[in-house]
Amino acid sequence: MSPQSDQPERVKAVGTFTAIRRLYPYAQSAMPFIYLGMAAALAAGIVALLIPQVLRSLVDGPLQSGDSSQIWPAFFIVLGLGIVEAIMIALRRYFVLTPGTHVEARMRNTLYMTLQHLPVSFHDRWPSGQLLSRAVSDLNLIRRWLSFGLVLLVVNVLTIIVGLLFLVNISWVLGVIFIVTSIPLWIYGYVFEKKYSIVARRSQDQTGDLATAVEESVHGIRVLKAFGRGKHALVGFSAQAESLRGTEIEKARAIAGIWLWLLLVPDVMFALGLLGGVWLVVEGNISAGDLVAFFATATVLRFPVESIGFLLSMTFDARTAADRFFEVMDSANPITDPEHPETITDSRGHLQFTNVHYRYPDSPANVPDLVNGIDLSIEPGETMALVGLTGSGKSTITALTTRLYDVTEGSISIDGVDIRNLTLIELRRHLAMAFEDATLFSSSVRENVLMGRPDSTEEELREALSIAQADFVYDLPKGLDTLVGEEGLSLSGGQRQRLALARAVAAKPAVLVLDDPLSALDVDTEALVEAALRKVLSSTTALIVAHRPSTVMLADRVALLEDGKVTAVGKHSDLLATSSHYRYVISSLEEEEQEVSS
Amino acid sequence: MSVMGTSGEERNDYTKDESRQIRQRSLRLLGSLIAPVRLRVVLTMAVVVVSTAAQVAGPALIAYGIDNALPALIDGETLPLVLVVSAYLFTGIVGASMIAWYTVLSARVSQAILFDLRKRVFLHTQRLSLEFHESYTSGRIIARQTSDLDAIRELLDSGINQLVQGALYMGFIAIAMFSLDWVSGVILFCALVPLGFLTRWFQVRSQLHFRETRTTSAKLIVHFVETMTGIRAVKAFRKEERNREQFGGLVENYRDANARVIQLFGIFDPGLVLIGNVALAMILLVGGLRVSTGDLAIGALLGALLYARQFFAPAQEMAMFYNSYQSAAAALEKISGVLEERPTVADPTTPIDLRKAKGTVTFDGVEFAYNADKVILPKFDLALPAGQTVAMVGTTGAGKSTLAKLISRFYDPSQGTVSLDGVDLRKLHPKDLRRAIVMVTQEAYLFSGNVADNIALGKPDATREEIIGAAKAVGAHEFIEALPNGYDTDVNKRGGRVSAGQRQLLSFARAFIADPVVLILDEATASLDIPSERLVQAGLQTLLSDRTAIIIAHRLSTVAIADRVLVMEHGRVIEDGTPQELISGSGKFAQLHAAWRDSLV
Repeated sequence: MSPQSDQPERVKAVGTFTAIRRLYPYAQSAMPFIYLGMAAALAAGIVALLIPQVLRSLVDGPLQSGDSSQIWPAFFIVLGLGIVEAIMIALRRYFVLTPGTHVEARMRNTLYMTLQHLPVSFHDRWPSGQLLSRAVSDLNLIRRWLSFGLVLLVVNVLTIIVGLLFLVNISWVLGVIFIVTSIPLWIYGYVFEKKYSIVARRSQDQTGDLATAVEESVHGIRVLKAFGRGKHALVGFSAQAESLRGTEIEKARAIAGIWLWLLLVPDVMFALGLLGGVWLVVEGNISAGDLVAFFATATVLRFPVESIGFLLSMTFDARTAADRFFEVMDSANPITDPEHPETITDSRGHLQFTNVHYRYPDSPANVPDLVNGIDLSIEPGETMALVGLTGSGKSTITALTTRLYDVTEGSISIDGVDIRNLTLIELRRHLAMAFEDATLFSSSVRENVLMGRPDSTEEELREALSIAQADFVYDLPKGLDTLVGEEGLSLSGGQRQRLALARAVAAKPAVLVLDDPLSALDVDTEALVEAALRKVLSSTTALIVAHRPSTVMLADRVALLEDGKVTAVGKHSDLLATSSHYRYVISSLEEEEQEVSS
Repeated sequence: MSVMGTSGEERNDYTKDESRQIRQRSLRLLGSLIAPVRLRVVLTMAVVVVSTAAQVAGPALIAYGIDNALPALIDGETLPLVLVVSAYLFTGIVGASMIAWYTVLSARVSQAILFDLRKRVFLHTQRLSLEFHESYTSGRIIARQTSDLDAIRELLDSGINQLVQGALYMGFIAIAMFSLDWVSGVILFCALVPLGFLTRWFQVRSQLHFRETRTTSAKLIVHFVETMTGIRAVKAFRKEERNREQFGGLVENYRDANARVIQLFGIFDPGLVLIGNVALAMILLVGGLRVSTGDLAIGALLGALLYARQFFAPAQEMAMFYNSYQSAAAALEKISGVLEERPTVADPTTPIDLRKAKGTVTFDGVEFAYNADKVILPKFDLALPAGQTVAMVGTTGAGKSTLAKLISRFYDPSQGTVSLDGVDLRKLHPKDLRRAIVMVTQEAYLFSGNVADNIALGKPDATREEIIGAAKAVGAHEFIEALPNGYDTDVNKRGGRVSAGQRQLLSFARAFIADPVVLILDEATASLDIPSERLVQAGLQTLLSDRTAIIIAHRLSTVAIADRVLVMEHGRVIEDGTPQELISGSGKFAQLHAAWRDSLV
């Protein structure tokens, strides 16, 4: 149920410092600015602490003596300090502003590129929502921590230390009161952090689950309506929303707890300070100015002290975010360009499978390989159909040819070159694919069709569209420039499939791989597409996954797949005559058919 | 143009009247959400008033301590000091515990409101007809229930808290200031003028830039998700480089938008400090001069200075309120629009029960049109006797699916009636309707959970035996058993490995276990391989013997098991008869059939 619970590759326990230090390479160029920001922030903190010192001498000097001429200089000093504090705060923000956002942008781009290059097997395991939260909110958090949390954490600790020195300088008794009373705050802050992070994590998970429930109730609306299960879904949804509500209230309780301490402790401290301070003044140990300075200093220190808990929690959050980021960055990428790539100079389009095996890495040991030793040669210009039952490995084989997955044993070669010795770019230039579930991207029809060969002429584009019987695009609101995909016009399954086919055709590859490309088309359209495809296929090497006899008819030869092995290769008519399994798989309901016509 | 419901959501050129209409609509929704919790809202407000007052008392007590308790102690009187320290402790404890209580109380209120709203939107979208879902798109419905609700949550969680607490805090400090020393209070009030200008400037600018960060981040998210869900095509067609450029551009826009917001804070934040510090210096100057002449006590001056330092602290958070308010208001407008949509296929007010339906489906003068110029099915009559298996044939767009959707009441006809055993579907009790009529579509949607749960959706109280029986009947048992955990396999975990055909088998099992008297199969076998289809058809033949069935299929093989064939073209039934009659005739079906037979050999 929970997307979190099946999240792969759990983090190993490392210290917060170690985890965060890994950010250094990304933040390196920003560090000098961050140090400058810290310096400015520290200056602001110290300036704020100096104001009470002015008050102190003012109260003990001119105010006692009634010498009003001394008040003006004090005013200008305080005014000056106040202006300097504001300037220092502005400087702190100025220093950390640009580097912070640049670090974030750099990390986001790096993550995106890494994800694009990670193999399909990685994406099979990771739901896109998990990747999205890393790319958006986690990196956001890291930026805020870097330019705000880190700076203030360091600076506020330093400010507290300096402030303490001032307090002790005023009166060591009052200083001790300040330190001793703030101890519970530090302890509770730490305890709170642990408690809070657990509830916060749970609330995140439950929010994710609730979003999943919403998505399912919308995407599955037809099923829910067809069975009248709307109420049923509401019951499940309410239960989830209810537990989220419970968690949120628990979270509020945790926050209420820390608030209680954050407010209570300084108040107790001030009360004790008042008691002790007044007594010390009466005893003559400190002056009235000292007492005024104590309260003014303690007031200045109130925010830095209160902020420590919040800044620590931000640091832990940033650590988690960094962990989540590196979980992806550390994922192994076995499908990469070779070190010494070969090239195909004279591309003829000879596709050769030699003892090809594939198994999922997490398959149990007693399960045989999904693709279990395939030898198959598809001659230049030949069209080979791949026929087999659901689950016999047809789609996997097509994915292996373009290295969406790598073979676990054996090899696939094009024109005698092992595809693993080609760069991915070159391989995918020689070989184009159309998938059963056609994906369109948020851009124009034109861009979607010409993805594999952006420099095609208008003529070639129109030809590809006409082969795929995708002439409907001319009737779209803006014709070929109509925006489709997530942000554009939504097309029907059949329309998408035809565009995906046009895309594969427009790429003009040496080898064309089509994974059941006509499944969503109605009989009439299918016949038209097949007629047009014939022309393309006469000159191109092709591998076509086929479910229906009519698609098989496009092929010169047929390879029959059975349990991950090719059990027969030959012409459609020959196989019909010789292979009973082939007849079983491909020939339509002959028996019933005869019943009808008889 | 109307702004009723969700129409006009895409527009941003509302007239004054329309804006008012929309605003009133969201206010009504807000009112109806608050009404059930209004007592708790009052209590929460009372608590926050007390807690803030207690918090603000501190500096005044310190002032009293220095000005009164100190001299008293010098005179040997300890009582004033004891009193003021006790008072300080008392207000501290009251203030802190009230704030803690307030935190929990306000969370309870806002969570109750959110819970209510979540359920309302969820239930309402479930009630809305398919027509709405199709035109409004799933992405937007999901956004209403996720990101829009988040915006409202944000406002309730922190926005309102900050505003209420901040306003009270500033108000109480102002009162305390005036009662402590009215001259200092006047100076503080003067500082409110530049503060007001600065805040207003910040609000106007930040609203603009915040909107920018939201739109740039939304673009970034769409692109990201599209890349990840379409990763196969990205790789196969070498889109990585082009994507890198596009995404890089979006990242840059987002970064710059973010930087502009931070820049605003870079001016606003020090600006607040500056105003505060100038006010502080002024209070010090004026107060100091008056202390030196004996017009003001030292403690009172200290109290005024401490207040001045605290006065501006909530200003920044309050300025942020406007932003969370803006996005929550926009979200509320959209949500209230969805809630205003009336289901075009509404539940009957006085439903008729039909416990044991026989399965006769009758179309009586039925016409279906999206609007006057777009008639999908022109007026027709049709009777499907109970127990008959009817195959519907025709090209895409001939109206087969629309006909099926009328029978399953996904749509209501624009004219005429569709009835089951003589009862108008619009008057039939929804429970009985759904028990009697079930439709299986081409897109076999699986919900998260295990395989057994997904089958049991057809009959929530089904036993494991019944579930296995249903799977066996449609030929799904074998592949389910081969899954890692059999019937308990989580379909999402292995989702990538349950093929389209297998999903379709599961949705068959789901329909089988529901055991309806009328079963509609809309392209439900399209993704099956031929042997599976054969198996399903063999199962269907027995399954369909005692119920009414409507089968829509591209493949003519399905026709084999039908008692009757309807050939449709342009929304009309052009041929109607038994398969034998039609095949031996010379019509469209005979042609199609001949072509199909040729393709087999």
